[in-house]
Amino acid sequence: MSDTQARPQRVRLVRGGRLVDPSQDLDGRFDLLIEDGHVARIAPEIACPKSAEITEAAGLVVVPGLIDIHVHLREPGFEYKETVASGLAAAAAGGFTAVACMANTTPVNDNRSVTEHILREAARHPLARVYPIGAVSSGLAGERLAEIGDMALAGAVAFSDDGLPVTNAELMRRALQYVQHFDAPVIQHAENLDLSAAGVMHEGAWSTRLGLPGIPGAAEDVMVARDLLLAEDTGGRYHVAHLSTGRALELLRLFRQRGVRATCEVTPHHLLLSDQQVNEHAFATCTKMKPPLRAAADVEALRIGIADGSIDCIASDHAPHHPDEKDVQFSAAPFGIVGLETTLSLCLDRLVGHDIISLPRLVELLASGPARVLGLPGGSLAPGRVADITLIDLACPVTVDPEAFCSLGRSTPFAGWHLRGAAAGTLLAGEPVRAPVPAGAVGDDR
Amino acid sequence: MARVIRRMAGQLVERERDPTSLLLLGIRTRGLPLAERIADEIARMEATRPAIGVLDITLYRDDLSTIGPQPVVRGSELPGPIEGRLVVLCDDVLYTGRTVRAALDELRDYGRPRAVRLAVLIDRGHRELPIQADIVGKTIATARDELVEVAFTGTDGHDHVRVLAPRKPR
Amino acid sequence: MSDPPRWQHKDLLGIATLEAAEIELILDTAESFLEVAIRPVKKVPTLRGKSVINLFFEPSTRTRSSFELAEKRLSADSLNISASTSALVKGESLVDTARNLQAMAPDLIIIRHQHPGVPHMLAGRVDAGVINAGDGAHEHPTQALLDALTIRRHKGRIAGLRIAIVGDIEHSRVVRSDLHLLNKLGAEVTLAGPHSMMPAAAEALGARISYGLDEALEGVDVVMMLRTQIERHDRALVPSARDYFRIFGLTAARLARAADDVIVMHPGPMNRGVEIASEVADGAASVILEQVANGVAVRMAVLYLLTAAGGGS
Repeated sequence: MSDTQARPQRVRLVRGGRLVDPSQDLDGRFDLLIEDGHVARIAPEIACPKSAEITEAAGLVVVPGLIDIHVHLREPGFEYKETVASGLAAAAAGGFTAVACMANTTPVNDNRSVTEHILREAARHPLARVYPIGAVSSGLAGERLAEIGDMALAGAVAFSDDGLPVTNAELMRRALQYVQHFDAPVIQHAENLDLSAAGVMHEGAWSTRLGLPGIPGAAEDVMVARDLLLAEDTGGRYHVAHLSTGRALELLRLFRQRGVRATCEVTPHHLLLSDQQVNEHAFATCTKMKPPLRAAADVEALRIGIADGSIDCIASDHAPHHPDEKDVQFSAAPFGIVGLETTLSLCLDRLVGHDIISLPRLVELLASGPARVLGLPGGSLAPGRVADITLIDLACPVTVDPEAFCSLGRSTPFAGWHLRGAAAGTLLAGEPVRAPVPAGAVGDDR
Repeated sequence: MARVIRRMAGQLVERERDPTSLLLLGIRTRGLPLAERIADEIARMEATRPAIGVLDITLYRDDLSTIGPQPVVRGSELPGPIEGRLVVLCDDVLYTGRTVRAALDELRDYGRPRAVRLAVLIDRGHRELPIQADIVGKTIATARDELVEVAFTGTDGHDHVRVLAPRKPR
Repeated sequence: MSDPPRWQHKDLLGIATLEAAEIELILDTAESFLEVAIRPVKKVPTLRGKSVINLFFEPSTRTRSSFELAEKRLSADSLNISASTSALVKGESLVDTARNLQAMAPDLIIIRHQHPGVPHMLAGRVDAGVINAGDGAHEHPTQALLDALTIRRHKGRIAGLRIAIVGDIEHSRVVRSDLHLLNKLGAEVTLAGPHSMMPAAAEALGARISYGLDEALEGVDVVMMLRTQIERHDRALVPSARDYFRIFGLTAARLARAADDVIVMHPGPMNRGVEIASEVADGAASVILEQVANGVAVRMAVLYLLTAAGGGS
């Protein structure tokens, strides 16, 4: 630092950790100095300044704060499923410093005032940053464009009708054109509703054996194919939410070669579980989500995709429901499982731990990749950047226990899984985020 | 054993006007070979063999919920209606009397016989119900925890009756 | 000396998880119950004092009557709860229904529901033994068992038999249960039906698939016809009943392609003139009525085995 600059007010040294930051091609033992909430210096060893706070990171991995770009915070309107407060507590507990939240609330986030409400609520619970995703269509009705510009100016970073697809091709084309004014992507929940119809799980060998109506892979593929063509014509940025089929991934690769600005995300459950789980769990509703768990071949194709770079990021599609809503028979249950508090440990144990991808690649998928897709300021700890940091303990044993979640939702097919690796804390702008108290504990209104 | 069975058959022939009209029902499992042997003896004496059937009392037991190994149901086979006939229930061992009680309950669901007699090879005592046999091969005093094992040539290769001491726990 | 086979399960939810030996145990037990139906007093006291609840969310006359008769012949106390008319279950969540049932402490619950997996959900929440009387298109285990008993009584065995099952394969729970059972016992099964009635990945069911009835019937020992609904959810799966009969209806002429001693089966109720011609339904090869009699015996056997398993130490 130059002598002419003012002395920094807040100084923190993150000491002794293994810094993994693919944006700077760093993976090694480094100390990290933070001044006034920004990364000031990175060096193998930094002498601790006199007034500095210290974060001991020996034995831990230090990475740019993780970002989950597909989360349903359910507020406003569905606070019985989740609130901004409980959702952000879950995010912090899961090692995330930022989330992007979807617009299918009540009222729908299709205008500036709802966007601002969400941001205000998030500011009251500074456990993680919130980047709202605004609706593409007014009221999610799929007919008229929502006030994309106004929302962008209010802070929305992308636009999606997620929960629902944008079915009308003309509307999608206009959306892909309009978002270019704001350099934001259109995020599509790719599902042809006529093909998915009454389906409740992937259409294949298992839906046939179990006698359940199926959702064919084609329901996703035809939508992705259509949208990629429109993205090609318009030049707009297009992002596939929760991509789940091998064929959709192939289409993405093909159109990228043609110059289309297309990106995609996959969920941990689509990387680890197949449709057979519905039978293994004896019709438990924690295996019911959209898009559904797919065939083993699709899972394999996605695992290749995260390793070879075709897939840009991992996002949980955290979709909490009230436990009573999920405590019904499979056919009647709402779609959706939670994921904020299981994503990191699952990825560390089952992807990195099983040599599917390296740790730096995982950091790309959970930090720099999401930041790039949505144009967010995070994902890197290069000097000058905001010091959002996630600390990871690679050896920490975890047993997934839904009853201990900070999220109000409990539905996960990973209950009881024994994993190795977990978040050991997060910092937002250099300040440690206070450990969230699980839901129901006394005094959780911070 | 052959002599005892011959004596039992003789008693039956003595008491009944028409011994060949008897219906001998063996109670599964070892009541059946006894009924067969008695019928053979009667055939020797009277030149005509009485009718034979088998009664499976599994569904009529009063102790279904407390017995350990699950009873296998094999079904009863009666040669014809029992209405108005003289039925002779045959069993190898008479002990608490509950098996015979179950057999009587079951017989009721098949009709109304003229009369029912009970013929047992061994009476070992320790009755829990007021049941007695009309024709007894031999009475043996036993302790409750002893086991009376009966074998017939036809089914087991040889005739014997053995009283076994209880297994000592290891 | 080997132990006699035992029934170890609290519930009968499907054939998928049964071993061949367990299936044989049920069939052997059912044989002995057949005799009860021809006695003067068609009753045995075996389940005296036991309470059985018939919980039918889908209307059904045949299966429910069959279970009721089986229960009564075993001297059990049976209670019918029909969801469409009973305030007990109307509009109530399945979880609450299960809690209420548990509070009534029945010994056995027979349940039929339009959604797969409901019997499994119930079984985990009540102490009573649960018998699946049909869950959507998933399984109908007692139907498969009575089919097997019928086949075994006519053919002496199931292993090595060539069997054709014909009709709306996609929506049939009978097919799925029958296939599990017939495969476990070593039969060779062909499924036949029009394309619109064949599920995706049909081979995953574990049988040869055929789209031609004549070809499927060639030399088979058993033909099972399924009840065919021409319309489902306002969509016609085939142009008309007459059209279907022309291509997939079982007539005497078609049946002649099968083995000389073929038997014809149907789970009922039959659509005469749609999937089966009357001449065949009433003909010498038809064992359809025997299936009904065998159904009561099989259900008695299942009720007996589950009760004995529940009470055993």
